[in-house]
Order: sequence, then C-alpha cells, then structure tokens
Amino acid sequence: MRNTITIFKRELKSYFATPVAYVFIIAFLFLAGGFTFYLGNFYTGTEQDQATLQSFFGFHPWLYLFLLPAISMRLWSEERRVGTIELLMTLPITTMQAVMGKFLAAWFFAGIVLSLTLPFWFTVNYLGEPDNGVILAGFIGSFLMSGAYLAIGSFFSAVTRNQIIAFVTSIVACLLFILAGFPLVTDAVSGWAPASVLDTVRSFSFLTHFNNITRGLIDLRDLIFFGTLMACFLLANVLVIDVKKAD
Amino acid sequence: MIEIRNLTKHFGNLTAVKDVSFSARKGEVLGFLGPNGAGKSTTMKMVTGFLTPSSGTAMVDGFDVQKDPLQVKSRIGYLPEGAPLYGDMTPLSMLKFVAEVRGIPAGERNGRIADVVGKVHIEGVLDQRIDTLSKGFKRRVGLAQALVHDPEVLILDEPTDGLDPNQKHDVRQLIREMAQEKCIVLSTHILEEVPAVCTRAILIADGALKFDGTPLEMQLMSRRHNAVALTVRAGGGHDIAALSRIEGVDAVDQVDAANGFESFLLYPKDDVAILAPLSRVAHENNWEVEHLSVEKGRLDEVFRQITSTGA
Repeated sequence: MRNTITIFKRELKSYFATPVAYVFIIAFLFLAGGFTFYLGNFYTGTEQDQATLQSFFGFHPWLYLFLLPAISMRLWSEERRVGTIELLMTLPITTMQAVMGKFLAAWFFAGIVLSLTLPFWFTVNYLGEPDNGVILAGFIGSFLMSGAYLAIGSFFSAVTRNQIIAFVTSIVACLLFILAGFPLVTDAVSGWAPASVLDTVRSFSFLTHFNNITRGLIDLRDLIFFGTLMACFLLANVLVIDVKKAD
Repeated sequence: MIEIRNLTKHFGNLTAVKDVSFSARKGEVLGFLGPNGAGKSTTMKMVTGFLTPSSGTAMVDGFDVQKDPLQVKSRIGYLPEGAPLYGDMTPLSMLKFVAEVRGIPAGERNGRIADVVGKVHIEGVLDQRIDTLSKGFKRRVGLAQALVHDPEVLILDEPTDGLDPNQKHDVRQLIREMAQEKCIVLSTHILEEVPAVCTRAILIADGALKFDGTPLEMQLMSRRHNAVALTVRAGGGHDIAALSRIEGVDAVDQVDAANGFESFLLYPKDDVAILAPLSRVAHENNWEVEHLSVEKGRLDEVFRQITSTGA
C-alpha cells in the first residue's frame, strides 16, 4: 500500500510537471462546455425546459473516448520507450503496486478534471431547480466510467512501447465497449451466436450502464460492472508487464 | 553474496546467455567484460530480477531472485544500461522518490540523499529537470539513485560510459572507496578500468563465460607478458635475426622505424626473463639503446584473443 501511494504521488506530480495536465484540463472543459451548450441544447432542453445536466453527461462517453486514452497511453509505453521500466521494476515493489499506483494516479487526475466541471452544477441550480440527487449520480457514474476507460487504456499501453499504437488501440477497444449495445457490434455476433451470448455482449455496453446511473438509478449491478471491468483489465495489465517487461 | 548458477536466457532462437555460473563476495569488485551484445547486460538484468531466466538461478544474500524478488531487489542498488531516468523530474525529486520506495525512514531520507549527492557531485543540478542535464550528469544521477539506500550489492551497467576523464576518475575512486563493505559488479568495455578498480575480471562472449580470474591473471595470458620492448638507434648491426639468436627469445617483431630509431618487441620462450641476456648483448655490441622495458601484458590483446577466436 505504501509503495502504491509512493508511485501514485510520483505519477500525479508528473502530470503537472509538464503542460500535459493543463492542456488536458483546458481541452476537456472547453469541449464539455461547447458540447453541452451548443450541441446539447442545454438551454432549450430536450425535456421541456427542465433544469438538468443530461445534455452535459450525455457527451461524456464520447469526450472520454478521445481524451482519456491520451492520458493512459503514456502510462507504460513511455516507461518502455525510455527504459525507466527497468528502473521501476527493479525497485522492491510488486507489479501490482506499480500498476495500481499508475492507474489510480490517472483516475485521480480524471477526477480532478471532472471536479472542475462542478460550476455546471452550480449553474443549473442558479437557473432552476434540478434534482440534485440525479446530478450527483451523474458525476459518480461519469467518474466510474472514466476509470473503466483508463483501465482499458492502461492495459493497451502496457502492450506496446509505441504511444500512438497504445492510443489508437485503446480508442478502438473503448469504442467497442461503448457500442456493445448497438448494431455495429451486435450484428457481428447475432448471426452465429445464441441469444444468451448476444445478451452478454449487450450487457457490456458502457452507454447502457452509464445511462442507467445518470438517470439517477445507482444500481449495484452497474457499479459491479464498472468495478469488474477495471479489475479485469488491471489484472491483465499486471500479467502483461510480468510476462514481457523487457521488450 | 551473489551466486549465479547455470544462468541461461533465450530470446526466441537466440541464446543471449548460455550456462553462466560465477559468484562474488563482499569486498570484491567484479569487472564484467565482453564485446557488445555478449550478454553482459542480459546477465545483469536477470540478477536484478528484471528479466526471468530461461533456466538456472541467481541468488543474492541467500535469496533466490525468482522466489523472493523483493528481498533480492531491496538488497541491490542497480544502475541499468544507459542510466534511464524520469526526464520530467529533477534529480532531487527522483532521489526522494527512490528513497521513499526503498523504504528509507522519512527522517533519514534527506541525510542519505545529501550523502549520495555529495559522493557523485551533483549538488549544482539538483533542481534542474533531468531532461536538460548532460549525459555525464544523468549517469551520475543514475549512480546516486543506486546508492541512496546504501545497498550491500551494487550492480552497475557501464557506470563510466559518457563521462569525461575527470568524472571517470571520480567514479572509479568512489567505487574503490565503497569496495570494502560492498559486493560490486560492474560492466565496462574500457579495459584500462579493469586493473584500476576491479579485483576480479569475468569475460563473456557469445553469452558464455570465457574467463574468470584476477586482472593480473588476465594479463598473464597475454603473449606480450614479459616481452621486452627495445628501441635502438639504427645502424648498430642489430636486426631481427641477431635479436632472435639471443638466449630465451622466441620471436621478434619490428614494430616501428622512424627518426633513425628502430623499435622491436622480443617475445620470450615459456615466460623466461630475457631482459638480462638482451642488455648484455646490447652492451657488447655498443648499441645505442633509447628505450628498454618489460611489458606487463595487454588486456586488449587478451580480450581480442579470447573473444575473436572463441577460445
């Protein structure tokens, strides 16, 4: 645990040691705001002049799709490319501690960025009387989903020393998870697989689980889904690092 | 302290390290020699637990690196090949990070860091980004992070690479100072370094151990060991044939002829001393001897002998 925290602190500091953090924060806030107010019809609303943040949260899966792999791509690829992985993995720490420290730092950073959007919450409260419970659920759901994206991204970053490859493969993998409930993915399965498999594939959809949460229903199943997904990808991450540290 | 038995590593079809066994004790400075790609770094990576051996074992202080990796890693200070460091950190934050992971109590950290910073002379760059440092400084920061927990075992992959002659001198001095209470393994391809710092030399080529002994023993293997270098003014009636007739001389090479002087190298038969008979002959013939010395043997010659023929 102590080692995980040490790695966590080093990683988190490194975001702010370079312009990465600031560029990311500005890009995220700009896009989140732009999408919400312009594309999302924040003022007119889709639900008859209600004060909600639905239009704000609705874009999160898509914003995360492109922005979070940009954070996760360097987690392990960079260590491999520069060779610092040799330094890190010959320190008296376990692979699990290193993977968790790095992942938690990335997730915490995503949390910081998300928390910077809290003024949206204040805004809707100023403009009307939103259901604050639903909005809180939305933030929790968004944070959980960002963790899932980052766990997937961390895994693909561990696979390659090339950050571009890590970035692109993460995006594709995340997109498949977003669209698991849509024809793009289900059509590939429905032709040959039994209905139970199709249902399983559908149940992997980020959008379904995320939308459940943002509607204000924090269902244990949705929490377990995101939790399990993160655990699986992080374990795979540990395995990949253990098996091929050097190349 | 280090015990390596039958260590082997395959990368696909390539065998990078073949059945290498050796051990090193406290107080020893083991020089790891070999051509590039011979398997020096691969062996070090296996001892430090970065690479998993295909077969064989590496033990440090009685702990098997595969069974107790954390025990082994906590006892080793390691400078990896190329001294990789986090470029966005400063040397100070880097050392603090390593000290923390190494489990140095918070109260002792600053003292330990100040100590190693002084040892490798990086006081002036502590707050500069590592990215912006010269190669020599980076190497020394790498060395500092390997020393910060005062490890019993030091494994240094080319610690003097990229340093200028003064810095090389400092690092060798530092290694000699630490040699008494540590077990140090260092790789180098600068052969002059070996007699200067190492108590033992190990030579590997093509992944296999070719030589294990003291630097002196390695010099003894040189054909030039006990050979005599002679420089005389030309025209004194000496030639290769005349020199070859001297008692105990096996062969003679003319190595140079310039400015009216000729230089020869006389190899002895079976290591007999040939200086005395040679100087007698020179005296009798009134040769104008400019230079006369006994060669100790050259490591680079032995190195080439062993690594190129595969002997």
